[in-house]
Amino acid sequence: MKCRVCRGPAVIDLPAHNANFCVEHFVAFCRSQVAKAIHEFRMLAPDDRVLVAVSGGKDSLALWDILLDLGYEADGFVIGLGIGEYSETSTAYARSFAEARGAKLIEVDLRADHGFDVPTAAAETKRPACSACGLSKRHLFDRAALEGGHAAVATGHNLDDEAAVLFGNTLRWNTEYLARQRPILPERDGFPRKIKPLVRLGEREMAAYCVVRGIDYIVEECPMAAGNKHLTYKDALNLVELESPGSKHAFYHQFLRRAADSFDAETTAHDGNRCSRCDAPSANEICAFCALVERCAPPAEVPIDLRARSSR
Amino acid sequence: MLVHLRNPSRDVEVAGPIRIQRLLDDLGINRESVIVIRDGELVPGDAKLPDDADIEIRPVISGGAA
Ligand code: SF4
Ligand SMILES: [Zn+2]
Ligand SMILES: [Zn+2]
Repeated sequence: MKCRVCRGPAVIDLPAHNANFCVEHFVAFCRSQVAKAIHEFRMLAPDDRVLVAVSGGKDSLALWDILLDLGYEADGFVIGLGIGEYSETSTAYARSFAEARGAKLIEVDLRADHGFDVPTAAAETKRPACSACGLSKRHLFDRAALEGGHAAVATGHNLDDEAAVLFGNTLRWNTEYLARQRPILPERDGFPRKIKPLVRLGEREMAAYCVVRGIDYIVEECPMAAGNKHLTYKDALNLVELESPGSKHAFYHQFLRRAADSFDAETTAHDGNRCSRCDAPSANEICAFCALVERCAPPAEVPIDLRARSSR
Repeated sequence: MLVHLRNPSRDVEVAGPIRIQRLLDDLGINRESVIVIRDGELVPGDAKLPDDADIEIRPVISGGAA
Protein backbone atom coordinates (compact mmCIF):
# COMPACT_ATOMS: atom_id res chain seq x y z
CA MET A 1 0.00 0.00 0.00
CA LYS A 2 1.53 3.28 -1.13
CA CYS A 3 0.79 6.90 -0.32
CA ARG A 4 -1.14 8.63 -3.11
CA VAL A 5 1.03 11.71 -2.81
CA CYS A 6 4.60 10.56 -2.17
CA ARG A 7 4.46 6.82 -3.01
CA GLY A 8 6.02 6.08 0.40
CA PRO A 9 4.53 3.37 2.64
CA ALA A 10 0.93 4.22 3.55
CA VAL A 11 -0.50 3.86 7.07
CA ILE A 12 -4.17 4.24 6.17
CA ASP A 13 -6.42 3.37 3.27
CA LEU A 14 -9.52 5.45 2.57
CA PRO A 15 -11.70 3.52 0.14
CA ALA A 16 -14.25 6.35 0.03
CA HIS A 17 -11.56 8.61 -1.43
CA ASN A 18 -9.90 5.83 -3.37
CA ALA A 19 -6.66 6.82 -1.68
CA ASN A 20 -3.97 5.65 0.74
CA PHE A 21 -1.77 8.02 2.71
CA CYS A 22 1.42 8.11 4.75
CA VAL A 23 1.31 9.95 8.09
CA GLU A 24 2.39 13.32 6.72
CA HIS A 25 -0.01 13.31 3.80
CA PHE A 26 -2.87 11.91 5.83
CA VAL A 27 -2.58 14.86 8.24
CA ALA A 28 -2.46 17.22 5.25
CA PHE A 29 -5.53 15.47 3.80
CA CYS A 30 -7.53 15.95 7.04
CA ARG A 31 -6.60 19.62 7.22
CA SER A 32 -7.56 20.20 3.62
CA GLN A 33 -10.93 18.52 4.12
CA VAL A 34 -11.67 20.83 7.05
CA ALA A 35 -10.49 23.87 5.10
CA LYS A 36 -12.69 22.78 2.21
CA ALA A 37 -15.79 22.43 4.43
CA ILE A 38 -15.14 25.82 6.03
CA HIS A 39 -14.85 27.39 2.60
CA GLU A 40 -17.70 25.51 0.93
CA PHE A 41 -20.24 26.35 3.63
CA ARG A 42 -18.75 29.76 4.51
CA MET A 43 -18.31 28.74 8.12
CA LEU A 44 -15.58 31.17 9.18
CA ALA A 45 -13.83 34.28 7.98
CA PRO A 46 -10.03 34.12 8.43
CA ASP A 47 -9.97 36.27 11.57
CA ASP A 48 -13.13 34.91 13.20
CA ARG A 49 -12.59 33.68 16.75
CA VAL A 50 -14.11 30.28 17.28
CA LEU A 51 -15.18 28.35 20.38
CA VAL A 52 -14.69 24.59 20.05
CA ALA A 53 -17.09 22.42 22.03
CA VAL A 54 -14.67 19.90 23.50
CA SER A 55 -15.74 16.57 24.96
CA GLY A 56 -12.34 14.90 25.37
CA GLY A 57 -13.25 12.48 22.58
CA LYS A 58 -11.42 12.06 19.28
CA ASP A 59 -13.61 14.32 17.15
CA SER A 60 -13.55 17.49 19.19
CA LEU A 61 -9.83 17.25 20.01
CA ALA A 62 -8.95 16.56 16.38
CA LEU A 63 -11.14 19.48 15.32
CA TRP A 64 -9.49 21.82 17.79
CA ASP A 65 -6.04 20.67 16.66
CA ILE A 66 -6.86 21.21 12.99
CA LEU A 67 -8.44 24.63 13.53
CA LEU A 68 -5.33 25.77 15.42
CA ASP A 69 -3.12 24.42 12.64
CA LEU A 70 -5.20 26.22 10.04
CA GLY A 71 -4.39 29.42 11.93
CA TYR A 72 -7.73 30.13 13.61
CA GLU A 73 -7.92 31.62 17.06
CA ALA A 74 -9.73 28.66 18.58
CA ASP A 75 -10.56 28.38 22.29
CA GLY A 76 -11.91 25.17 23.82
CA PHE A 77 -14.96 24.84 26.01
CA VAL A 78 -15.58 21.82 28.20
CA ILE A 79 -18.48 21.02 30.51
CA GLY A 80 -18.15 18.79 33.57
CA LEU A 81 -21.26 16.67 33.08
CA GLY A 82 -20.91 14.72 36.32
CA ILE A 83 -21.11 11.31 34.64
CA GLY A 84 -18.69 9.66 37.07
CA GLU A 85 -15.28 8.55 35.93
CA TYR A 86 -16.22 9.08 32.28
CA SER A 87 -16.59 12.83 32.82
CA GLU A 88 -13.45 13.14 34.90
CA THR A 89 -11.33 11.33 32.32
CA SER A 90 -12.83 13.32 29.43
CA THR A 91 -12.08 16.64 31.10
CA ALA A 92 -8.56 15.49 31.91
CA TYR A 93 -7.89 14.77 28.20
CA ALA A 94 -9.24 18.19 27.25
CA ARG A 95 -6.95 19.84 29.81
CA SER A 96 -3.85 18.00 28.73
CA PHE A 97 -4.48 18.80 25.08
CA ALA A 98 -4.95 22.50 25.90
CA GLU A 99 -1.76 22.49 27.91
CA ALA A 100 0.27 20.69 25.25
CA ARG A 101 -0.89 23.12 22.56
CA GLY A 102 -0.84 26.22 24.74
CA ALA A 103 -4.50 26.79 23.89
CA LYS A 104 -7.17 28.35 26.07
CA LEU A 105 -9.71 26.02 27.66
CA ILE A 106 -12.83 27.43 29.29
CA GLU A 107 -14.45 25.13 31.86
CA VAL A 108 -17.92 24.96 33.34
CA ASP A 109 -19.03 22.34 35.83
CA LEU A 110 -22.73 21.48 35.94
CA ARG A 111 -22.65 20.45 39.59
CA ALA A 112 -20.45 23.26 40.92
CA ASP A 113 -21.83 26.03 38.73
CA HIS A 114 -25.46 25.04 38.27
CA GLY A 115 -26.24 22.63 41.10
CA PHE A 116 -27.01 19.46 39.14
CA ASP A 117 -25.43 16.83 36.92
CA VAL A 118 -26.57 14.72 33.98
CA PRO A 119 -27.47 11.55 35.93
CA THR A 120 -29.60 13.57 38.40
CA ALA A 121 -31.28 15.40 35.54
CA ALA A 122 -32.08 12.12 33.79
CA ALA A 123 -33.57 10.67 36.97
CA GLU A 124 -35.47 13.84 37.81
CA THR A 125 -36.97 14.36 34.34
CA LYS A 126 -37.45 10.62 33.67
CA ARG A 127 -36.12 11.23 30.15
CA PRO A 128 -33.03 9.81 28.44
CA ALA A 129 -29.83 11.34 29.80
CA CYS A 130 -28.92 12.60 26.34
CA SER A 131 -31.84 15.02 26.24
CA ALA A 132 -30.94 16.88 29.46
CA CYS A 133 -27.28 16.61 28.50
CA GLY A 134 -27.77 17.93 24.97
CA LEU A 135 -29.98 20.75 26.15
CA SER A 136 -27.42 21.82 28.77
CA LYS A 137 -24.54 21.63 26.29
CA ARG A 138 -26.33 23.75 23.70
CA HIS A 139 -27.34 26.35 26.27
CA LEU A 140 -23.92 26.64 27.89
CA PHE A 141 -21.99 26.68 24.59
CA ASP A 142 -24.21 29.44 23.26
CA ARG A 143 -23.77 31.44 26.41
CA ALA A 144 -20.00 30.94 26.53
CA ALA A 145 -19.60 32.00 22.90
CA LEU A 146 -21.67 35.14 23.39
CA GLU A 147 -19.82 36.05 26.57
CA GLY A 148 -16.45 35.30 25.01
CA GLY A 149 -17.20 37.27 21.86
CA HIS A 150 -16.63 34.24 19.63
CA ALA A 151 -18.04 34.47 16.13
CA ALA A 152 -19.03 30.82 16.08
CA VAL A 153 -19.36 27.62 18.07
CA ALA A 154 -17.71 24.64 16.36
CA THR A 155 -18.72 21.08 17.20
CA GLY A 156 -16.96 17.83 16.31
CA HIS A 157 -19.88 16.22 14.47
CA ASN A 158 -18.32 14.16 11.72
CA LEU A 159 -19.67 12.65 8.52
CA ASP A 160 -20.77 9.46 10.28
CA ASP A 161 -22.70 11.43 12.89
CA GLU A 162 -24.46 13.54 10.31
CA ALA A 163 -25.21 10.63 7.99
CA ALA A 164 -26.64 8.64 10.92
CA VAL A 165 -28.86 11.52 12.02
CA LEU A 166 -29.97 12.07 8.44
CA PHE A 167 -30.73 8.36 8.12
CA GLY A 168 -32.87 8.44 11.27
CA ASN A 169 -34.69 11.59 10.20
CA THR A 170 -35.29 10.26 6.71
CA LEU A 171 -36.57 6.91 7.96
CA ARG A 172 -39.33 8.76 9.76
CA TRP A 173 -39.46 11.82 7.48
CA ASN A 174 -38.95 14.19 10.37
CA THR A 175 -39.15 17.17 8.07
CA GLU A 176 -38.65 19.75 10.78
CA TYR A 177 -35.35 18.14 11.77
CA LEU A 178 -34.35 17.67 8.15
CA ALA A 179 -34.69 21.42 7.66
CA ARG A 180 -32.19 22.06 10.42
CA GLN A 181 -29.62 19.47 9.47
CA ARG A 182 -27.00 21.77 8.01
CA PRO A 183 -23.29 22.05 8.65
CA ILE A 184 -23.83 25.74 9.42
CA LEU A 185 -26.62 27.49 11.25
CA PRO A 186 -26.28 31.25 10.91
CA GLU A 187 -26.32 33.51 13.94
CA ARG A 188 -29.83 34.69 14.84
CA ASP A 189 -31.68 36.34 17.74
CA GLY A 190 -29.03 35.84 20.36
CA PHE A 191 -27.87 32.41 19.18
CA PRO A 192 -24.28 32.28 17.93
CA ARG A 193 -23.39 30.77 14.56
CA LYS A 194 -22.99 26.96 14.77
CA ILE A 195 -20.59 25.13 12.53
CA LYS A 196 -19.59 21.51 11.94
CA PRO A 197 -16.24 21.62 10.13
CA LEU A 198 -15.74 17.83 10.22
CA VAL A 199 -18.63 16.98 7.87
CA ARG A 200 -16.22 15.84 5.16
CA LEU A 201 -14.34 13.44 7.45
CA GLY A 202 -15.49 10.12 8.87
CA GLU A 203 -15.17 8.65 12.31
CA ARG A 204 -12.35 6.31 11.31
CA GLU A 205 -10.36 9.21 9.90
CA MET A 206 -10.74 11.20 13.12
CA ALA A 207 -9.58 8.32 15.31
CA ALA A 208 -6.64 7.70 12.96
CA TYR A 209 -5.81 11.41 12.98
CA CYS A 210 -5.56 11.44 16.79
CA VAL A 211 -3.29 8.38 16.76
CA VAL A 212 -0.86 9.78 14.20
CA ARG A 213 -0.83 13.19 15.90
CA GLY A 214 -0.26 11.61 19.32
CA ILE A 215 -3.47 13.08 20.75
CA ASP A 216 -4.79 11.06 23.70
CA TYR A 217 -8.56 10.96 23.91
CA ILE A 218 -11.25 9.04 25.73
CA VAL A 219 -11.95 5.82 23.85
CA GLU A 220 -14.55 4.56 26.33
CA GLU A 221 -18.13 5.32 25.51
CA CYS A 222 -20.29 7.51 27.69
CA PRO A 223 -22.15 5.02 29.91
CA MET A 224 -25.37 6.93 29.24
CA ALA A 225 -25.20 6.29 25.48
CA ALA A 226 -26.21 2.62 25.75
CA GLY A 227 -29.20 1.66 23.68
CA ASN A 228 -28.89 4.74 21.55
CA LYS A 229 -30.43 4.34 18.08
CA HIS A 230 -27.60 6.24 16.42
CA LEU A 231 -25.31 3.28 16.90
CA THR A 232 -27.71 1.07 14.97
CA TYR A 233 -27.89 3.60 12.15
CA LYS A 234 -24.12 3.89 12.05
CA ASP A 235 -23.70 0.12 11.87
CA ALA A 236 -26.26 -0.06 9.07
CA LEU A 237 -24.53 2.68 7.08
CA ASN A 238 -21.13 1.06 7.59
CA LEU A 239 -22.45 -2.17 6.10
CA VAL A 240 -23.47 -0.23 3.02
CA GLU A 241 -20.16 1.64 3.01
CA LEU A 242 -18.22 -1.61 3.01
CA GLU A 243 -19.94 -2.74 -0.20
CA SER A 244 -20.06 0.69 -1.75
CA PRO A 245 -17.35 3.08 -0.52
CA GLY A 246 -18.37 6.73 -0.59
CA SER A 247 -22.04 6.03 0.19
CA LYS A 248 -22.08 7.96 3.46
CA HIS A 249 -20.53 10.99 1.81
CA ALA A 250 -22.98 10.86 -1.09
CA PHE A 251 -25.97 10.32 1.19
CA TYR A 252 -25.24 13.38 3.32
CA HIS A 253 -23.62 15.76 0.86
CA GLN A 254 -26.10 15.10 -1.94
CA PHE A 255 -28.87 15.70 0.57
CA LEU A 256 -27.37 19.12 1.26
CA ARG A 257 -26.96 19.85 -2.42
CA ARG A 258 -30.23 18.55 -3.78
CA ALA A 259 -32.78 18.18 -1.04
CA ALA A 260 -32.08 20.27 2.06
CA ASP A 261 -33.55 23.47 0.57
CA SER A 262 -36.94 21.89 0.07
CA PHE A 263 -37.41 21.60 3.82
CA ASP A 264 -36.66 25.24 4.60
CA ALA A 265 -40.29 26.23 5.09
CA GLU A 266 -40.46 23.80 7.98
CA THR A 267 -38.18 25.78 10.27
CA THR A 268 -40.14 27.49 12.97
CA ALA A 269 -39.06 31.07 13.33
CA HIS A 270 -38.15 32.22 16.78
CA ASP A 271 -40.30 35.06 18.09
CA GLY A 272 -37.61 37.10 19.86
CA ASN A 273 -38.70 36.44 23.45
CA ARG A 274 -36.12 36.05 26.21
CA CYS A 275 -35.81 33.87 29.27
CA SER A 276 -36.64 35.97 32.32
CA ARG A 277 -33.80 34.39 34.34
CA CYS A 278 -30.82 34.17 32.00
CA ASP A 279 -31.87 36.28 29.02
CA ALA A 280 -31.31 33.44 26.55
CA PRO A 281 -33.69 33.37 23.57
CA SER A 282 -36.73 31.36 24.63
CA ALA A 283 -40.31 30.94 23.49
CA ASN A 284 -41.35 30.46 27.11
CA GLU A 285 -41.03 32.73 30.12
CA ILE A 286 -38.24 30.49 31.45
CA CYS A 287 -35.88 28.73 29.05
CA ALA A 288 -35.49 24.95 29.03
CA PHE A 289 -32.11 25.11 30.77
CA CYS A 290 -33.31 27.35 33.63
CA ALA A 291 -36.36 25.09 33.98
CA LEU A 292 -34.02 22.10 34.28
CA VAL A 293 -31.89 23.87 36.89
CA GLU A 294 -34.98 24.69 38.92
CA ARG A 295 -36.19 21.12 38.73
CA CYS A 296 -32.89 19.44 39.62
CA ALA A 297 -30.96 21.78 41.86
CA PRO A 298 -31.64 21.34 45.57
CA PRO A 299 -32.68 24.55 47.34
CA ALA A 300 -29.66 26.40 48.67
CA GLU A 301 -28.97 25.64 52.34
CA VAL A 302 -26.29 28.28 52.72
CA PRO A 303 -26.68 31.91 51.66
CA ILE A 304 -25.11 32.31 48.24
CA ASP A 305 -22.43 34.78 49.37
CA LEU A 306 -21.13 32.39 52.03
CA ARG A 307 -20.69 29.49 49.68
CA ALA A 308 -17.11 28.74 48.74
CA ARG A 309 -16.70 29.27 45.02
CA SER A 310 -13.96 27.74 43.00
CA SER A 311 -11.91 30.49 41.48
CA ARG A 312 -12.12 30.32 37.73
CA MET B 1 -0.51 -12.98 18.91
CA LEU B 2 -2.31 -10.87 21.48
CA VAL B 3 -5.25 -8.78 20.28
CA HIS B 4 -6.58 -6.16 22.64
CA LEU B 5 -10.20 -5.15 22.04
CA ARG B 6 -11.95 -2.17 23.67
CA ASN B 7 -15.47 -1.30 24.82
CA PRO B 8 -15.55 -3.57 26.72
CA SER B 9 -11.84 -4.07 27.17
CA ARG B 10 -10.72 -7.69 26.57
CA ASP B 11 -7.85 -9.69 25.06
CA VAL B 12 -7.98 -12.55 22.58
CA GLU B 13 -5.20 -14.86 21.37
CA VAL B 14 -4.97 -15.28 17.60
CA ALA B 15 -2.47 -17.40 15.69
CA GLY B 16 -0.16 -15.41 13.42
CA PRO B 17 1.20 -14.51 10.99
CA ILE B 18 -2.02 -13.02 9.65
CA ARG B 19 -3.09 -10.08 7.52
CA ILE B 20 -5.13 -7.37 9.26
CA GLN B 21 -7.95 -7.67 6.76
CA ARG B 22 -8.19 -11.42 7.39
CA LEU B 23 -8.02 -10.94 11.15
CA LEU B 24 -10.91 -8.46 11.07
CA ASP B 25 -12.96 -10.80 8.88
CA ASP B 26 -12.29 -13.72 11.24
CA LEU B 27 -13.38 -11.63 14.22
CA GLY B 28 -16.47 -10.41 12.35
CA ILE B 29 -15.42 -6.77 12.57
CA ASN B 30 -16.32 -4.24 9.87
CA ARG B 31 -13.10 -2.45 8.85
CA GLU B 32 -15.03 0.84 8.68
CA SER B 33 -15.67 0.71 12.40
CA VAL B 34 -12.13 0.28 13.77
CA ILE B 35 -8.50 1.29 13.53
CA VAL B 36 -5.63 -1.07 14.31
CA ILE B 37 -2.73 0.16 16.43
CA ARG B 38 0.64 -1.45 17.11
CA ASP B 39 3.22 0.25 19.36
CA GLY B 40 1.35 3.53 19.12
CA GLU B 41 1.26 3.48 15.33
CA LEU B 42 -1.46 2.82 12.79
CA VAL B 43 -1.31 -0.50 10.99
CA PRO B 44 -2.64 -0.50 7.40
CA GLY B 45 -5.17 -3.13 6.30
CA ASP B 46 -2.76 -5.02 4.04
CA ALA B 47 -0.06 -5.42 6.71
CA LYS B 48 0.86 -8.94 7.75
CA LEU B 49 1.34 -9.34 11.49
CA PRO B 50 3.91 -11.78 12.92
CA ASP B 51 2.85 -14.24 15.60
CA ASP B 52 4.57 -12.24 18.35
CA ALA B 53 2.71 -9.00 17.56
CA ASP B 54 0.73 -7.24 20.22
CA ILE B 55 -2.04 -5.07 18.76
CA GLU B 56 -5.07 -3.03 19.71
CA ILE B 57 -8.25 -3.03 17.65
CA ARG B 58 -9.90 0.23 18.62
CA PRO B 59 -13.54 0.98 17.81
CA VAL B 60 -14.10 4.39 16.29
CA ILE B 61 -17.87 4.59 16.51
CA SER B 62 -19.24 6.85 19.20
CA GLY B 63 -22.86 6.89 20.17
CA GLY B 64 -23.77 10.19 21.81
CA ALA B 65 -26.95 11.81 20.60
CA ALA B 66 -25.94 15.40 21.15
S1 SF4 C 1 -23.94 10.12 25.25
FE1 SF4 C 1 -25.65 11.39 25.89
S2 SF4 C 1 -25.35 11.69 28.09
FE2 SF4 C 1 -23.40 10.94 27.27
S3 SF4 C 1 -22.24 12.80 26.85
FE3 SF4 C 1 -23.29 12.24 24.95
S4 SF4 C 1 -25.22 13.40 25.01
FE4 SF4 C 1 -24.36 13.42 27.08
ZN1 LIG D 1 2.95 10.54 1.54
ZN1 LIG E 1 -32.80 30.73 31.03
